Amino acid sequence: MSQEEKSNKISIEEVDYIARLSRLKMKPADKPVMQQQLSRILDYIEKLNKLDTENVAPTTHILPLGNVFREDEAKASLSPEAALENAPDKEGSFFRVPRVIE
Amino acid sequence: MTYEPVIGLEIHAQLTTQSKMFCGCSTKFEQAPNSSICPVCLGLPGVLPVVNKKAVEYGMLTALALNCRIVPHNIFARKNYFYPDLPKGYQVSQYEQPLAQKGFVQLEINGRSQRIGINRVHLEEDAGKLLHQNSKDNKVSWVDFNRTGIPLMEIVSEPDIFSAEAAKAFMVKLRDIMAYIGVCDCNMEEGSLRCDANVSIRRVGEKELGVKAEVKNMNSFRFLQRALEYEIERQVAELEAGGRIIQETRLWDEAKGITVSMRSKEEAHDYRYFPEPDLVPVMVEEGWVERLSKTLPELPDEKRTRFISQYQLPAYDAGVLTSSRELADYFENCAKLFAEYKMLSNWIMGELLRELKQQGVDIKRCPVNPENLANMLKLIQQGVISGKIAKQVFEEMYRTGATAQDIVKAKGLEQITDTQQILSIIDQVIQQNPDSVAAYKAGKTRIIGFLIGQVMQLSRGKANPQVLNKLLADRLKDQK
Repeated sequence: MSQEEKSNKISIEEVDYIARLSRLKMKPADKPVMQQQLSRILDYIEKLNKLDTENVAPTTHILPLGNVFREDEAKASLSPEAALENAPDKEGSFFRVPRVIE
Repeated sequence: MTYEPVIGLEIHAQLTTQSKMFCGCSTKFEQAPNSSICPVCLGLPGVLPVVNKKAVEYGMLTALALNCRIVPHNIFARKNYFYPDLPKGYQVSQYEQPLAQKGFVQLEINGRSQRIGINRVHLEEDAGKLLHQNSKDNKVSWVDFNRTGIPLMEIVSEPDIFSAEAAKAFMVKLRDIMAYIGVCDCNMEEGSLRCDANVSIRRVGEKELGVKAEVKNMNSFRFLQRALEYEIERQVAELEAGGRIIQETRLWDEAKGITVSMRSKEEAHDYRYFPEPDLVPVMVEEGWVERLSKTLPELPDEKRTRFISQYQLPAYDAGVLTSSRELADYFENCAKLFAEYKMLSNWIMGELLRELKQQGVDIKRCPVNPENLANMLKLIQQGVISGKIAKQVFEEMYRTGATAQDIVKAKGLEQITDTQQILSIIDQVIQQNPDSVAAYKAGKTRIIGFLIGQVMQLSRGKANPQVLNKLLADRLKDQK
């Protein structure tokens, strides 16, 4: 299959960029692999462009459902202890994170 | 060279629902940290958010009041970014197909009417609150997720605003409208109403927009205007000095009175919006919109116009009285009982509002109810008390909540209109002030004011001024 051909819809720079957005650290050796895989996904998606979707409304959801609502009623929440139980780091009733300030 | 500023505003209004946007956690203000959170607003795996219907309807009501078109099929989207105040790693918002689009607000700026376009109104959820300690060696921040998931409505204006003053007027107008509908507390200081501004400048006459800076952290109406005035000046100075404007986010520093570049953005935001798969679309048929339209209250502009025509009030009075729905209701409740509207308006705008403001009391908790105020005004109208005494009575009413009738009776404040009674005081004053009487007769007629004052004092302010004036003038003529 022609899929064997090297596809480079995605550049190494774009791989770096996506990794940064995703907060992922990548080994240099993994980058070309990721480039190939992501590019192949785009190739696959490209097939859809060959279809005539002129009269098809964009599908945002596959369920034939709409207007699923709740009434505005306050319900009990978790206790702070329960909410913080799985926190990687905490102090008192606060979650604790590395200092961030903009 | 002359420049003109072009401003667009992005407003975030916290909706006054009982529960959060997608879960049942309470929205109450100032609860213990992390006590109003649950698996849904924490974004734990396997949870299913469900839209708060009231939040949708509040958004629709506002959109209708802003003359927007409700988007019949609107959807939620994920806005992806990493920040510790965002437990899911994305904020649920609306992007394509927002709740409503293409509205406008009519503003009065320096006596000129101007239309400001509304680009869109959409719903989203708030993020959590980060706390920092102001110390350099501090390596941590603390997170309180109570605010996470509280429903917000974002209103985006078109870049149709051409001065800092107009930006403030627009914001005040939105505040008034939202407060009338009751969808937001609209307290900028407390953060239930927030505003960011996109500011650019261009040479007058130019069509193209300049490079914009985004200004944040303006948490009062006054700061908004001051921050924008500063930012416009800064940009003009930058261009005049041969520099250029860079696209950036700037924070208003109220203490220093300047905007400061945040400088922290390494690259443009890339939020990778996509439809939120966990939330199905909101489908708005015509009937729903119609039903909601019927529940819209009379809005500030309509009420103001009606006050002018129905009560024959000056535009200024109508503006003050309709500045809040509660004050307007107060006026109308009084007006049902007392039909001299301008006099009523004067008392409300003068004594009543001054007293409320001094004591920091809201009209909702006004200690003088409309009935008492109307009754007091009737006493003036009937000549039972003078306008001057009425101020004293009013203060007493405000302080004690008693009726005007009771106060007047208890303190013996009825106006004296009885001719004989006033004449006897006049004679007393004439006897005690022979020099002044002589001066009057010698042609210094203005001294009559002094004599009137003396009579008033002796009558403890209760002599009817018209009767007194006439009687005294006659008496002085009679003096030989």
